[in-house]
Amino acid sequence: MPPLLELKGMTKTFPGVKANDNVNLTLNAGEVHALLGENGAGKSTLVKMIYGILRPDSGQMYWMGEPSDISSPAIARSLGIAMVFQHFSLFDSMSVLENIALGLEKGIDKATLEQQIVDISNRYGLPLDPDRHIYTLSVGECQRIEIIRCLLQNPKLLVMDEPTSVLTPQEVSKLFETLNRLSDEGVAILYISHKLDEIKALCEKATILRAGKVVESVDVAGESPQSLAAKMMGQELPPNPNDTQRKVGDIRLDIRNLNQPPEDQFGIRLKEINLQVRSGEIVGIAGVAGNGQDELLKVLNGEQLSTQAGAVSIDNQPCANYGPNQRRALGMASIPEQRLGHGAVSTMSLIDNTLLTAFQRLDLLSFGFIGYPRSRKYCSAVVEDFNVKSNGISVEAGSLSGGNLQKFIVGREIKQNPTILIVSQPTWGVDAGAARTIHNALRELADNGTAILVISQDLDELMAISDRIAAICAGSLSPTTPTSEITIEQIGLMMAGVTGDVTGNVMGGGQC
Amino acid sequence: MLLSLVKRPEQSKAMVYVSPIIALGLTLISGILLFQIMGVHPAQALYAFFVDPITTKYGWAELGVKATPLILIGVALSVGFRAGVWNIGAEGQLTLGAICGGGIALWLYQVDSVFVLPLMIICGVLGGMAWAAIPAFLKTRFNANEILTSLMLTYVATLLLSLLIHGAWRDPDGFNFPVSRIFSDSATLPIIWQGTRLHLGWILTIAAAIAVWVLMSKTIIGFQIKVIGQAPKAGRHAGFSVNRTIWFSLMLGGGMAGMAGLFEVAGPIGQLLPSISPGYGFTAIIVAFVGRLHPVGVFFAGLVMALSYLGGESAQITMNLPLAVTGVFQGLLLFFLLACDVLITYRLQFKFPVTSTRGSKHV
Repeated sequence: MPPLLELKGMTKTFPGVKANDNVNLTLNAGEVHALLGENGAGKSTLVKMIYGILRPDSGQMYWMGEPSDISSPAIARSLGIAMVFQHFSLFDSMSVLENIALGLEKGIDKATLEQQIVDISNRYGLPLDPDRHIYTLSVGECQRIEIIRCLLQNPKLLVMDEPTSVLTPQEVSKLFETLNRLSDEGVAILYISHKLDEIKALCEKATILRAGKVVESVDVAGESPQSLAAKMMGQELPPNPNDTQRKVGDIRLDIRNLNQPPEDQFGIRLKEINLQVRSGEIVGIAGVAGNGQDELLKVLNGEQLSTQAGAVSIDNQPCANYGPNQRRALGMASIPEQRLGHGAVSTMSLIDNTLLTAFQRLDLLSFGFIGYPRSRKYCSAVVEDFNVKSNGISVEAGSLSGGNLQKFIVGREIKQNPTILIVSQPTWGVDAGAARTIHNALRELADNGTAILVISQDLDELMAISDRIAAICAGSLSPTTPTSEITIEQIGLMMAGVTGDVTGNVMGGGQC
Repeated sequence: MLLSLVKRPEQSKAMVYVSPIIALGLTLISGILLFQIMGVHPAQALYAFFVDPITTKYGWAELGVKATPLILIGVALSVGFRAGVWNIGAEGQLTLGAICGGGIALWLYQVDSVFVLPLMIICGVLGGMAWAAIPAFLKTRFNANEILTSLMLTYVATLLLSLLIHGAWRDPDGFNFPVSRIFSDSATLPIIWQGTRLHLGWILTIAAAIAVWVLMSKTIIGFQIKVIGQAPKAGRHAGFSVNRTIWFSLMLGGGMAGMAGLFEVAGPIGQLLPSISPGYGFTAIIVAFVGRLHPVGVFFAGLVMALSYLGGESAQITMNLPLAVTGVFQGLLLFFLLACDVLITYRLQFKFPVTSTRGSKHV
């Protein structure tokens, strides 16, 4: 039997860069195949060609042995190729059901479709209310829509771009069950991820890309995460610096009985949140997307004001009614989850993007006029110190890769020497090298006495960098537990809203 | 040969400036066709429209007179458009500026003082701002669409002016014509070029364009406006207020439109009439976009649009063409500009039929 999909000599050139250079790949039915590589290695380009979004400059694709010219996503879908993108294409003002209906080739009546959605979401553990509007959903929930949308097509090949970054460990294992079941049913899965442990757990084969070329196609069973990382990066990852015992000092960020009604009707209400973060300490907040993380970040960084001034204090100064710049003046910096559009403006230069959050703390203005020479200098320093790969500092932020942009944003905040840093999803969709850079920068900042609050859905990340961990579920925050005394499974239960002694018997559960 | 649009990897910077020129070229070509259809000699008509008006010193001065309100309003509107605030009602704000400033002139018609004119300008600006404050309030308080509210208020403003001219402010010695008194000398803008109608407003307009350029490119306020316009969430994260930006944009637009209105009645018109503007407030929207929302671009776009007004009059006089030609040319220019702007994010690709297929097939 011929392989399900075979790629031969796929080459794609963009102005200035050879994104794919003579890439070969073979995929059999029922195989779970990892596509591994750093950001910019050409993984997205390759899968976009498979899905018909991009046309190769040269090379040939064979679908079940037949030479095939996949010139559009519609053709890809008709062949049985489905794809879950890293960036979602959903209409904010429409409901889940309407969005799914829009993507379907042929019309189907609403009730049947709704039933199908509910069936698939139950079967694969992807809880979703078909009537909710997209703008009220979290990243994780949006991804569920994309997965369900694909499964509705009964695909022969499912391409997944970083699917697990927004799921709890329990959900990840449930998704893996789903994927394994699909693979047993004969569906091939092309799985893009940076998470080497996941690839070890899920995939049989891995094709490793570096700078547009295939480094190697390997059997995953014969590789360790370290050897995969080394092949992916072309060098061994520098070892994690040993966590020296940091000196924990006074309370810097003090959140007391914080209650915050949601901004819109589908938002999450924050309930009775209590948390103290001390100088020199990294506290992690775990949670499934859409449980109040966004709301918490906004109420902490001043994007949303609270009427109880004392609910949030910076160095004993009640500030819950202060705007973002007043809080910056007190020493607080924040890094939102969404890089483009929230953390940075994609159409503006890096210089302007530096100015965005640094103008006040670094005193870059004089009488309302922008001091461009100093802004430029600061921007260059950020780009250099955080090893941001960009074509100068005048390029638009949107032209940077995800990892580089994240390094830039993290660097922009860290180099302002904040006394408190609140960061959401510091390494989402960022390659291993950039993630390491960011984690080390956060550690170093804490070593120098900054209180750091990390909100993340990546539990490995939280386990690796935080001193204490809490979980947020439906707007309520659990008490914190020292990281050394907790397991990933226990955090997973806390994320699911299980109350009581998570280290002992499970007292009761709730779906978030 | 097939023609297709291909998305550029990044926006073309050059096309941002080339697109208005292509649009202008296409407008001229359409104009030639249009004149041909109308049975007029195209070369003569185009000459009458675009060249004849500026063959004299007086013509050049008139260009400045017509361009004054267009540039003044266009520059202010471009600030709002950059912030994503769509003030379509500059015509109404212009009218209110004329009413408030002109009202001062009528009230103080017997006073001979150097303070009358400055007071009129201030009141004109305040009048325009007050009119723009209504959409600003409705937008920030109730999230009412400013496009609708500002546009509808234009019609209210026009009727308000008409009411005053036909009623309380009618010239007592005017044989019942619906016009106001003629403004006194101290309520009239001084002429800066003897023998023409070019007035002080022209200088103030150039100053305003420079001030807005400095505001937008050098100050944190301009930066804030650009950020809010392109990424409101990033603006909030940076600590910029969306509501304050809405207020600022509308106040600036309203104030400068009000000033333009006052310049019209205290300058070339010299009194209040039921109709004081041939749609400057609307044409300024075209000016702002043709000028790429940049003060320098707006300056030149204002001159081009001013020429279209003069050309329309000239073509009417010398060629017997209808005045509507002006509107047609203005409309064509905006139409082609919006079409050509596609070239900023897309490029044209000529595809030639492939003679040999690679043996691939569609499934």
